[in-house]
Amino acid sequence: MRIVVDLNRCQGYAQCVPLAPDVLEMLGEEALAYDPNPDDAQRQRVLRAAAACPVQAIMVETHTPDGPEPEE
Amino acid sequence: MSTASLAADLVRMFRAEGRIVIVGASLAGLRAAEALRDKGFCGPLTLIGDETHEPYDRPPLSKQVLKGWVRADHTKLPRMRDIDAQWRLGVAATGLDRVNKQVLLATGDAVPYDRLLIATGVRARPWFNPAEAALQGVFTVRTCDDAARLQAALRAGPKRVLVVGSGFVGSEMASVCCELGLPVTVAERGGGPLVGPLGGVIGDIAARMQRDAGVDLRTGVSVEALDGDAGGHVRRARLSDGTTLDVDVVVASLGSIRNVEWLAGAGLAAGFWGVGCDAGCRAFDINGVVTDNVFVAGDVARQPHVLYEYQFISMEHWDNAVCGAQVAANNMINLETERRPHLPLPSFWSGQFGVNIKGVGVCSFGDEIVFTQGSPEDYRFAAAYGHRGRIVGAVTFNHGKWLPYYAAMIERSAPFPPPPPGYDRASDPAPMPARFPDPRVPTEMPDVVLTGHDPTSRGAEFHWAREPA
Ligand SMILES: Cc1cc2nc3c(=O)[nH]c(=O)nc-3n(C[C@H](O)[C@H](O)[C@H](O)COP(=O)(O)OP(=O)(O)OC[C@H]3O[C@@H](n4cnc5c(N)ncnc54)[C@H](O)[C@@H]3O)c2cc1C
Ligand code: SF4
Repeated sequence: MRIVVDLNRCQGYAQCVPLAPDVLEMLGEEALAYDPNPDDAQRQRVLRAAAACPVQAIMVETHTPDGPEPEE
Repeated sequence: MSTASLAADLVRMFRAEGRIVIVGASLAGLRAAEALRDKGFCGPLTLIGDETHEPYDRPPLSKQVLKGWVRADHTKLPRMRDIDAQWRLGVAATGLDRVNKQVLLATGDAVPYDRLLIATGVRARPWFNPAEAALQGVFTVRTCDDAARLQAALRAGPKRVLVVGSGFVGSEMASVCCELGLPVTVAERGGGPLVGPLGGVIGDIAARMQRDAGVDLRTGVSVEALDGDAGGHVRRARLSDGTTLDVDVVVASLGSIRNVEWLAGAGLAAGFWGVGCDAGCRAFDINGVVTDNVFVAGDVARQPHVLYEYQFISMEHWDNAVCGAQVAANNMINLETERRPHLPLPSFWSGQFGVNIKGVGVCSFGDEIVFTQGSPEDYRFAAAYGHRGRIVGAVTFNHGKWLPYYAAMIERSAPFPPPPPGYDRASDPAPMPARFPDPRVPTEMPDVVLTGHDPTSRGAEFHWAREPA
């Protein structure tokens, strides 16, 4: 699955980290680091983490692309 | 039928069957496509991109990916909705025929459009000597393929890495090398790291941060040549101060070049600084007249900003690509009264040497800086930039929670120096010159550039064109 965190918006509250510790972690005091392509098994945890973020900075894919197909 | 209902019908018709083409299938291109569908566009939509990959996110490339935490091909952007588009990936647009409204492709095909979005971004400025650039071990980092190759080279455990240029991306790469335990030299022609975007006062702090972390930082020197061995692998760098360095990986981080060449001859205001457009993302033609069916978003766009004296600004920031794409999409399928301006307060983040760096506004528009909170010694502070008595930008090192406080003041053009916040006041609250480089002196390209005229750039000669007799 794919996620992206808007790190402009992220305030480093770390609410999300304990909910999906294999995907999200704190770097230093206030910077969030994340795996943009976590295992599908993490889906429920990532969704809970995204819901817990007070500024809604975690975007989880809502749609699995059927395309695109490169031309070559 | 009244004109108003005629116009409403036209909009309905365009949304149902108009043809929209987006050139540049990356962050801005994808987010624009999603926004178009969200806002009710149902006509045929084509995305053209010269990379073979579907849209991916670039910020992790110089961070998680180089560190080896995340594979380079694992940063594909999440899809926030179905966009039902025709994708043409791995194909470059080579021309734009505005008269017949079609985009010309490298394959020889022509793709017709009713409205076009230009989102072709920028590319890494290559090492200036092509023969040296072709040596094995010499890299630039813009694409996920670049990052994959550099990561492999770092994993192989080079004896020394040389990073040329110390803007945000160069500094992030130096930081990753330190974390990986690789000896790294940073060569910077200017006075210090981040001086282009943040000025010399912050540059001094960034320099100390790099040296504390063990970076061999050389400022005020340029790399003049790279030597390869018999096998064509880079081995040595020659610096302008007469010294040489034994290196086996060189990363050129020399800023970027806007992808506008394919627009040559299209009659748009496209050039070195990008494609000029109005605040509603509508491209200007070569005479500065606004077009009605060509739009621009992301790194390749430059537009006037009310907060910065209407100077044209190009912003190589993630946030600008996302917001610009959404505004362009909205304006492509709405009438004038529904159009929105793209007037973001620029904002960016960077992570390096364990410090979370964030900023808002256009710091380089300022000429003074004041430390407002925390202490630079601990790499934990907030600083504000001022221009003629008002606050125009702010930067924080490990103090990001306070950024909205400054953002609100910048949006109001509040007085500079700003009133001291009631928390964690800095010990020395006196403003000082921010020490931005003279724009005439070549240094690293900042990733936000003010491209309007200012007193140092009055080199143009304008000839008023008369009607032919
Ligand atoms: C290593 C790195 C780290 C970064 N870190 C940060 C960060 O920490 N914070 C931040 O705010 N920003 C960061 N950025 C900047 C951010 O990634 C960009 O602002 C963003 O990618 C811009 O998106 P875009 O869609 O406008 O352009 P791009 O991402 O450049 O996409 C343009 C696309 O168009 C394609 N294209 C070009 N010409 C043609 C043509 N003629 N025909 C077809 N396709 C074409 C290109 O190949 C590319 O795929 C970073 C960038 C890099 C490279
Ligand atoms: S909860 Fe939200 S704001 Fe806090 S660290 Fe996580 S993503 Fe960032």
